[in-house]
Amino acid sequence: MKKVIFVFLIGALLAGCTVKLVGPQTLTVMTHDSFAISESLVTQFESEYDVTLVFLKSGDTGSALNRAILTKGSTEADVFYGVDNTFLSRALEEDLFVSYASPALEQIPAEFKLDDQNRALPVDYGDVCINYDKAYFASRDLALPQSLDDLLKPEYGQGSGNEGLLVVENPAVSSPGLAFLLATIAQYGEEGYLDYWQALKDNGLVVVNDWSTAYYTNFSGSSGKGAQPMAVSYASSPAVEVVYAATPITEAPIASLVGDGMCFRQIEFVGILKGTKNEKLAQSFVDFMLGKDFQEDMPLQMFVYPVNPEAVLPEVYVKYNQVPETTGSLDAQLIADKRDVWIQAWMDTVLR
Amino acid sequence: MKVKLSSLLWMLPAAFLFFFFLVPLGNILLVMATRSGVVSTNAIFQPLWFTIWQAALSMLLTLALGLPAAFVFARYNFAGKGVLRLLTTLPFILPTVVVAAGFTALLGPRGLVNGWLMQAFNLQNPPIAFMNTLGAILIAHVFYNTSVVIRVVGSALVQFDPRIEEAGRVLGGSPWRVFREVTLPLLRPSILVAALMVFLFDFTSFGVILLLGGPRFATLEVSIYSQTLSMLNLRMAGLLSFIQLACTIGITLLYTRLNGKRSVPLMPRLRGETVRTPKSIFEKTAVGLMVTVLVVLLVSPLAALALKSVLQTDAATQTSSLTLAYYRELFINRNDAFFYVPPAKAALNSLFYAAVTVLISVGLGLTASYALVRQRGLKRWLDPLIMLPLGTSAVTLGLGFLITFNKPPLDVSSFPLLIPLAHSLVALPFVVRTIQPALASIPASLGESAASLGASPWRVWRELELPIIRRAVMVGVIFSFTLSLGEFGATSFLARPDTPTLPVAIYRFLSQPGAMNYGQAMAMATLLMLVCALAIGLLDKLQVEGRGSVNSDL
Repeated sequence: MKKVIFVFLIGALLAGCTVKLVGPQTLTVMTHDSFAISESLVTQFESEYDVTLVFLKSGDTGSALNRAILTKGSTEADVFYGVDNTFLSRALEEDLFVSYASPALEQIPAEFKLDDQNRALPVDYGDVCINYDKAYFASRDLALPQSLDDLLKPEYGQGSGNEGLLVVENPAVSSPGLAFLLATIAQYGEEGYLDYWQALKDNGLVVVNDWSTAYYTNFSGSSGKGAQPMAVSYASSPAVEVVYAATPITEAPIASLVGDGMCFRQIEFVGILKGTKNEKLAQSFVDFMLGKDFQEDMPLQMFVYPVNPEAVLPEVYVKYNQVPETTGSLDAQLIADKRDVWIQAWMDTVLR
Repeated sequence: MKVKLSSLLWMLPAAFLFFFFLVPLGNILLVMATRSGVVSTNAIFQPLWFTIWQAALSMLLTLALGLPAAFVFARYNFAGKGVLRLLTTLPFILPTVVVAAGFTALLGPRGLVNGWLMQAFNLQNPPIAFMNTLGAILIAHVFYNTSVVIRVVGSALVQFDPRIEEAGRVLGGSPWRVFREVTLPLLRPSILVAALMVFLFDFTSFGVILLLGGPRFATLEVSIYSQTLSMLNLRMAGLLSFIQLACTIGITLLYTRLNGKRSVPLMPRLRGETVRTPKSIFEKTAVGLMVTVLVVLLVSPLAALALKSVLQTDAATQTSSLTLAYYRELFINRNDAFFYVPPAKAALNSLFYAAVTVLISVGLGLTASYALVRQRGLKRWLDPLIMLPLGTSAVTLGLGFLITFNKPPLDVSSFPLLIPLAHSLVALPFVVRTIQPALASIPASLGESAASLGASPWRVWRELELPIIRRAVMVGVIFSFTLSLGEFGATSFLARPDTPTLPVAIYRFLSQPGAMNYGQAMAMATLLMLVCALAIGLLDKLQVEGRGSVNSDL
């Protein structure tokens, strides 16, 4: 009896919540928490295609990708944005996407196109580099490290107490942490990277779990005023520090170390989910993401670089960010095969 | 008919747990079990062992602070008691990222304390290493959970019949002996409840371990997170989740065994009867000491946060000044962001979810408690089932929700109640654990005599049972409310980007560089504390007023 009433109640509750607006069709984009876009661009796309855009976000890159994999075929979403080159092979193995040779791909440099079947299309990139506190180095007349090897020099090993000057994130739980680990593997190879990390550890390396802690608790260049003047972060951070300064500033308090092999490039991709009932519309959205308007919107919304060379970078990017000439790069398939082995070996070396 | 209906009460909580817990959990565990992945036993036993002993140690420390604090709150009047009581509840709602920032501001390498010490003793390096230590984990757990002990044990203490203790003393017992042989045994059920809840919270601790403990410490929950989201090893994550669940059942059974004896009937007492002003030097010192410890440990990190939300440092001169800029900036959508949410809206979202969580968890908690008290046969399976969500990994259950509820009408975008439903799963065990002992303590003869005098069952409930359990219900209300306000893990999975809660909004700011973002996160956290303080203050006030009128009837 009660159960019947309960089922009725639940039913009524559900009915109340499902009264949907009758109107244009919807296109659902599944993505991660860092996705951001200008309101005017959403409106522009919606009115051009007479569609309502719905965004589903769930956690970081890893959780969003898990969601896409586990809900495969549910037609919950039409487009997935945010798989990066460290996860790319996994996403392709799971057969999440349908191919789409967008005409916009023509303009995009080959170095970004990692999937020759165009199931995953590059949208943006960001370099994971070491940010440094300019005031710290200037006031102590300390030279800047020019390479990964330089980080092993004793002058970068003496900070406060037995802690050195560099803080990195744990690659087992942090995406920039993993990117920096990959940079060292690209530089020293699978045989050499653990020795390098052992030497870093002996030189007072500080490890924390996530970017927010590294940046706001440990890094002395942020408003957290921590103890380490160098932190693994993003090459776009200096410009963002200027844009989001508390009081207007004309010089960034931090900059990036962009010596050869010190940075790792993260490329993010978009794909049309298999099973979508709106494939045409999904294709239009992918075109839109690769188009000039969206590409120019990304730097100040998501703090990443556009892959479309037609997009003009915001002035703060040109003025305050350092761009690495070369970045470490590893084959996406190799990353997919080895990431857990590498991470485990790193933990056994650095954390024990 | 009446008897029949009430004997079916258990179906409500059981159906809720079935649809919104067992089904999604079963779904995800099945999926995880069938996926490929390397299983290493070493990666199981290390975190398992650490999880258990850090939880046991944290629990003991929390009790060591919480029990005397509960005693002081229940027995003594002192200046600022109401405010302090309110402030000790606040840690519970704060997202760990914010708490970590608070602790850093105080105890970090460049925090206030290290700064003073370095200046006072002319030291080169900060003397206190706090971040990334076991000490940080333990202190943070005490910081978070002391309010659980204060509320749970405190509410039992206030209802305590002072005549029992007086009788002990009249019979010649020393105060210590009366405490040991009368008070403590009578408090045993509530202490056990508090210990169980605190242990389980510490057992499944995630944010504290991740952010304050650092990479050298990993609990099962942290391992599940990294196996799922970074290694994509779902098989291993599923196995770890299963072990965590098995432990939860084991702990619950242990608790039931320890708590086996039937609770002693407690007659409701007038509020304030046992409360007095400290008189002797000893009492004054003890109360003063307790208040100082609570302020230092629980309030100072909160104050550090609030201070950070109004301080800005000039880039050129490195001098600090007071500002409201971060608060003003919260109200401006400066870069036309599509996902911008005004702070008032985030606060309303949070309050809405919290209110629904209270309705669901207290409604189901009452039903479940009645069912458990009246039909003792249910205890064997319903009791552990209710506790189970507490020991479930947020990541696992979150993914379970996503793969189970992904088609309209039951999906994230068309069914906003998924969030309070998920919060209720975690709040329900606590509500049941607080209400059920209070209900069980009502002597059956009381209701029977009222009924024989002609009172209707409704009247018996309203005028007799409700006043007795009211305090326990309020503890449940406050707990489920604060739990929902501060919950981040499940919410980040299930919240629609256009309806974030305050903690989700705080995380957004903290995941970007820039002093303005950091300042706004601190401002938003301060707003979260304010919203919560106002709401709890209101609830506490309601409780006081309601209680007075009811008791004057008795």
